[in-house]
Amino acid sequence: MKALVTRSIRQISLLVLLVSLLLSIVLPGCSPAARPAATDNKSAAATTFAVTAGIPRFKIATTTSLYDTGLWNYLEPMFEKKANVRLDIVYAGTGAALEYGKRGDVDAVVVHDPEAEAQFMADGYGINKRSFAFNHFLIAGPAADPAGIKGLTPDQAFKKIYEGGIADPTRVKFISRGDSSGTQAKEKLIWQAAGYTYTDVEKAGPWYVEAGKGMGPCLLMANEQQAYLLADISTFLAYKGKVTIVPLVEQGALFLNVYDVMAINPAKIKTAKMLPTANAFINWLMSDEVQNMLATYGVAEYGRSLFTPLKGGGCTEPGCPKLEDYTTPVK
Amino acid sequence: MQELWEGLVQAVQLIVRLDPEVVEISLRSLYVSAAAILIAALFCVPAGGMIHFHEFRGKKVLINVIQTFYSIPTVVVGLFVFLFISRAGPLGGLELLFTPGAIIIGQVILILPILTGMIISALNGVDKSIKDTALSMGASGSQAIWTIIGEARFAVVGALILGFGRAISEVGAAMMLGGNIRGYTRVLTTAISLETQRGDLVLSLALGIILISIAMVVSVIVNVLLQRY
Repeated sequence: MKALVTRSIRQISLLVLLVSLLLSIVLPGCSPAARPAATDNKSAAATTFAVTAGIPRFKIATTTSLYDTGLWNYLEPMFEKKANVRLDIVYAGTGAALEYGKRGDVDAVVVHDPEAEAQFMADGYGINKRSFAFNHFLIAGPAADPAGIKGLTPDQAFKKIYEGGIADPTRVKFISRGDSSGTQAKEKLIWQAAGYTYTDVEKAGPWYVEAGKGMGPCLLMANEQQAYLLADISTFLAYKGKVTIVPLVEQGALFLNVYDVMAINPAKIKTAKMLPTANAFINWLMSDEVQNMLATYGVAEYGRSLFTPLKGGGCTEPGCPKLEDYTTPVK
Repeated sequence: MQELWEGLVQAVQLIVRLDPEVVEISLRSLYVSAAAILIAALFCVPAGGMIHFHEFRGKKVLINVIQTFYSIPTVVVGLFVFLFISRAGPLGGLELLFTPGAIIIGQVILILPILTGMIISALNGVDKSIKDTALSMGASGSQAIWTIIGEARFAVVGALILGFGRAISEVGAAMMLGGNIRGYTRVLTTAISLETQRGDLVLSLALGIILISIAMVVSVIVNVLLQRY
């Protein structure tokens, strides 16, 4: 029995040793942002973390439509090298991205909902807003086009989908993002233009499906259910090989989709400490380096660029940002 | 169903090739969840022991409450921790949100109840007479307690493996608290979630197979060690 006791004591002390060892690994990992003293810690784990400990982490929240296209995979290393920071990219719908900004959890936001952005700026959360790219939305759906929307204007098309869905929800379905994303905001605008009140559309019947997912998952879902949906052209192209639904409506003033970037205002959010980096980031997005890259991003794979850079003046529709909004550097 | 086979093939390829990104994500998953289970064990083994060895009013109720929290949804844990560690929250000054440390905290809270509850059950499984025997042979009170924990070690380790499994397989807290940042807080489950939403089902499946393989390796190693000591 005595042997048993000593043995279990030995086991326990082994466990405690192991745990304290692991704790020494965890703790530096917990607050990598500010730990200059980590260099005098000789443990192997600490040194692996020390490599990144000196480099500040710059956090941004970006919309899913930009993330799902893979664009940030290209941009991330470029900016990290240029600004000597770690660029941490969190993806969320525009609504959630702005919420992260309001809470001070990110240093900049990249979004595409003009109305929500205007509110964000007016409330003082955002500062130094600039635009850097645009493209268009489209309405995609099954090639058979059961609602007969091909070639219509966006609002006429929505009207047809509504009527078709009411008549036979097994044939005509519409997938809505159902989150507070920029795409969802655009969808609401088109329903309004078509003469409907959005809250009525939400309750209009089983043909209207609120997915509550990002752009990519919604495309896959619409494909599974052979449903219509509103999508940005970049995500649609990036998923083209994976879906059989086709673009049906591509023309319309309502379809303009402008991507904006804003820094979080330190005057309003006391914890925002990265304004200089955020400014550098905004200016960099407007720089020739990025703008030229945007013009070619996706051409090899999809036959056309996923985003159109604003520089070069291609955006001439009503609703396009003013020249100074994408050329004047922020300070 | 073709995808299942392709997923298996790709998983084997990724493991054999030691794809750097997959290795990095896998190690992070392992590290985060191992840290979570060890920190949780620091609380739960003593807490489970104290609850088991002491008789007090409301003991049954407490155990019921603990068992209720077995089924706490991971996203609720994520949301709860989010509100605390977001910059606007009471612990915002620690700047923990969207770091691996945040995921560890979430997973610790997630597995606290299950680990405590399972340890109480493990100790219940030990014959009561062992404590008396130990005491009668001159062991002090705490020595007797350690003896019983030693006797229950298989069940205790089983509880630890279960907790580890819950931690490494959860996605809600890791997504909400870590933010799935590439090269920083991306773990296997959040990577699977992302690749699924990108429509790359084969890669998702391969990552899932890798996750299961890691869990298998961990449980085999732990069991071998347990047999030896």
